[in-house]
Amino acid sequence: MQTTEERQRNRWLAKIHIDGPLLLGLLALAVVSLIVMYSAGGQDQGLVIRQAIRMGVSFIIMLIVAQITPQFYRHYALPIYIVGVLLLIAVLLFGEVGKGAQRWLNIGVTRIQPSEILKLSVPMFLAWYCSRVHIPIRFWHVLLGLTFVLVPTLLIAKQPDLGTALLVACSGIFVLFLAGMSWRVVISGGALAAASLPLFWFFLLREYQRQRVLTFLNPETDPLGSGYHIIQSKIAIGSGGVEGKGWLQGTQSQLEFLPERHTDFIFSVFAEEFGFYGVIGLLILYGFVIFRGMLISMRAQSNFNRLLGGSITLTFFIYVLVNIGMVSGLLPVVGVPLPLISYGGTSMVTMMAGFGILMAIATHRRLVISHG
Amino acid sequence: MPKKRVAIRNHQAEAALFSRRAVVCLAIVFAVFIILLNNLYTLQVKNFQEFQTRSNSNRIMVLPVAPNRGMIYDRNGILLADNIPVYSLEVSPAEVRDLRETLTELQTLLQLDDDIVDEFYARLRQPRRFPQITFADQLSEEQVAQFATVQHRFPGINVEGRLQRFYPHRDLFTHALGYVGRINQQDVARLREMEIYANYAATRNIGKLGIERSYEHTLHGQVGYQTVEVNNRGRVVRTLDFTPPTPGQDVYLELDSGLQRLARYQLGTRRGAIVMLDANSGAVLALYSNPGYDPNLFVNGISSADYRALLNNPANPLINRATQGRYPPASTIKPHLGLLGLELGTITEESRVWDPGWYRLEGVQRRFRDWRQHGHGWVNVTKAIAESCNTFYYDLAHKIGIDEISSFMQRMGFGERTGVDIAEESPALMPDRGWKRARFNEPWYQGETLSIGIGQSFWTVTPLQLATTTSVLVTDGRRIQPSIMRAIGDGEQMTQRQIIEKEPIVLNNPSAWDTIRKGMEMVITDQSGTARTAFRGASYTSGGKTGTAQVAALSDDTDVRPDLEDVAEHLRDNATYIGYAPADYPEVVIAMAIENVGGGGRNAAPIARAMMDYYFATDDARAEMLLTQAAAYQQALADEQQRLAERAAAAAAARAAREAEAARAAQEPVTIEPDDAEGQNDAND
Repeated sequence: MQTTEERQRNRWLAKIHIDGPLLLGLLALAVVSLIVMYSAGGQDQGLVIRQAIRMGVSFIIMLIVAQITPQFYRHYALPIYIVGVLLLIAVLLFGEVGKGAQRWLNIGVTRIQPSEILKLSVPMFLAWYCSRVHIPIRFWHVLLGLTFVLVPTLLIAKQPDLGTALLVACSGIFVLFLAGMSWRVVISGGALAAASLPLFWFFLLREYQRQRVLTFLNPETDPLGSGYHIIQSKIAIGSGGVEGKGWLQGTQSQLEFLPERHTDFIFSVFAEEFGFYGVIGLLILYGFVIFRGMLISMRAQSNFNRLLGGSITLTFFIYVLVNIGMVSGLLPVVGVPLPLISYGGTSMVTMMAGFGILMAIATHRRLVISHG
Repeated sequence: MPKKRVAIRNHQAEAALFSRRAVVCLAIVFAVFIILLNNLYTLQVKNFQEFQTRSNSNRIMVLPVAPNRGMIYDRNGILLADNIPVYSLEVSPAEVRDLRETLTELQTLLQLDDDIVDEFYARLRQPRRFPQITFADQLSEEQVAQFATVQHRFPGINVEGRLQRFYPHRDLFTHALGYVGRINQQDVARLREMEIYANYAATRNIGKLGIERSYEHTLHGQVGYQTVEVNNRGRVVRTLDFTPPTPGQDVYLELDSGLQRLARYQLGTRRGAIVMLDANSGAVLALYSNPGYDPNLFVNGISSADYRALLNNPANPLINRATQGRYPPASTIKPHLGLLGLELGTITEESRVWDPGWYRLEGVQRRFRDWRQHGHGWVNVTKAIAESCNTFYYDLAHKIGIDEISSFMQRMGFGERTGVDIAEESPALMPDRGWKRARFNEPWYQGETLSIGIGQSFWTVTPLQLATTTSVLVTDGRRIQPSIMRAIGDGEQMTQRQIIEKEPIVLNNPSAWDTIRKGMEMVITDQSGTARTAFRGASYTSGGKTGTAQVAALSDDTDVRPDLEDVAEHLRDNATYIGYAPADYPEVVIAMAIENVGGGGRNAAPIARAMMDYYFATDDARAEMLLTQAAAYQQALADEQQRLAERAAAAAAARAAREAEAARAAQEPVTIEPDDAEGQNDAND
């Protein structure tokens, strides 16, 4: 599908296995992140520098990952998945507790967060599984696939880390959907999921998670307690208006009415200072990255590549949806960062590794495309 | 090959399937983005106004700014109530992480007493008007400087400077000035009811007593507002707008610091009160009640130990004796009674009564004694005033009767509040038949009328009431309401007070005024006038009347008068005196009551003399007087201290002797425990 012309133009980028448009989109998001970070962090240069260093490291990781051919991932998808699940079990048994949840595993040298590995290993494993069978996949493939998804999802939800569990589940289900899971299954599955919501509510959610959902449904009932975050966030976004209050001029963020303003609620800072125009621009930027990711996946040469690329891209979209939906009061508060903009290292590394895989899919092409 | 072809077809179909699904996904992504944008549009464009308002109300706070309280000066412009800057350590409990630990650290750092910490916790539990709680007030400059260097380590704690009331003359003016104290819950309720609570939004203190209370609205001023931007912890980031408060108006008093000090020096260690009025304007030139107390104790909320000490002080310093002390007027009301007799025609200027030294009602065995054992002989009304003859007044009161006396004396102003501009005033009591019936369910006895005739029995007056009723006598019946306040405001804005007069007393026999004043002059001038000695050599003419109120009655069986020194102090007579000067055109009137000192001629009249001397003296002479009086006063205080010490030492010695005696008695039958022996050694030391 790629024209010769295009390949020639990006020849030197192709050599280092980089997709130009995707890189451009990611760099643009990184720049936005640093600009907003300076404002959200109370004009703390140290914070911006630390974020910039993390970004640099993440881009290098992306670059490294992009050099590895997708074949490699396909080959090791199963063992990586098994190791990941075992690590999750280990976390539940010996994990370290932080902020009321058990997410970290001390492996002597450093602490790792196995759930992050699963964000990539689940779609990898399911893409491998689906690419072994014929597409569209059959019903029992779906059933088996869902089981593979459910095991790590439940283990992560048990930590409890609802945000990551949601993202891992999505990444797996996207593979199944893209692999041609029949519409009947999609619809009845959705209905079944809706029907099982009460079960979920009573048996899986912890008290504070239930509280979050209740708060989401009516934040004004508890304006000083758990509803405070959402109310302040909505005030920040709303008071930004069409044109915004201007960079460094957002009163909600500068005067610290906004909670978690350089992490989960950074979108509110952006919306307050840059207004509705800024928000449109940011969504276009995200839309471009997602579109480019899907395009790369569609052009991929194998089912594994397509499914994996598609899932990574759509999971990225879920990050955007959940975060913006949360801070603007459409969705309950789930700890999902605004991808590539929120402050924080671990998830950014994972995400950039994912984009590294996308770049690998885009650039490691077998030269068998000259068929008619 | 066919197998391979199938595989290739599959491959293409699979790619197509993926692309279809991918397109569906992209469509969903697009739709979701539209939903997100629509929601953001609602927030940022449709409901912008609402959220902008809420954002502003988040960050913008309107802070009230307390006005500076008006100053209070005496008639000569001497400052009586000042505002001084004080620094206090204010704690915002919500911002302090570990309150207990932080406070302990601060306590050691600033070397604060344990009391301060205890009081803070007490305040923490009480309902409060401000988010911040005072941890320590009255910080010294060093403490402020010390804290400033480490302030960054103590979030939620800061030093606040403000102006606070200070009374430089301490206890000299307390009973007239009153004081300000912290606004408490009752004050809040009262201010709310009056719908002026908003004006007190930033004010900490309110007038609680005296002038500070009466002129609260004048002194307080109008609250100002500061519009500030705050962060989420309520800390002010910057000021956006400022409406300055209007300071309270100054109040000038009629009181004269010199007279006030002289009154204090004169009373020394004696309990009592002195009031001096301008006869023609009702101006309160002096109003002093002894002992006083330091009003500064109350400004910041008095400590319970200090308050207990004041309450338990047997001299009752908290009572304003000048307006709340209820004393039997004794002979000081004889001029008033004489006036009534003359007005009614019961007596004339010439009517005479023979005084054998006692008076007896017909059919009653009991003799009513005169203070002079062998009597005054023939007395008329003026002589009866000059020599304070009781028998004449027993007779007069008996002839007039209680009903006439009560109603006339009430017209004069006895038994009612004078209306002076402080709230702490007692109406005292002018008894009548109705009162007696209501109070004791008893009829009025004739003997009681006789006692009324010499200002005893149930009749009580306040020293201020004595002064105002005296001014009625010397102004031919004008009833001028006394006033402590002289003027309000400063400079050209100053407004003088209006003189308020009640309905005057008009006599059918106006010459009675002159007759009575002649009698009062004779108190000073007559050979046997009771205040003759006290006013000998005065450079001005004056009139007066002494009074000696019995606290304890003598037995009817004895005619022997005990020596003053032998009577327990609390049973000794109260001395009273009323006076005016100059005799022809009275300018000032004076009245006083001094507790448990003996006769009025010896104990009260000399004080009136000193006060009047001061009033009529030149500035230089006044300064000289105050200087010598101050020295005498200090000496008197020292003597009193010594007397108390000696008395305590004597009591201790007596006790020791008694114990030694008891020990010696005990020693013989039983052996003494070692502990007891030690105790005795201590006692003997």
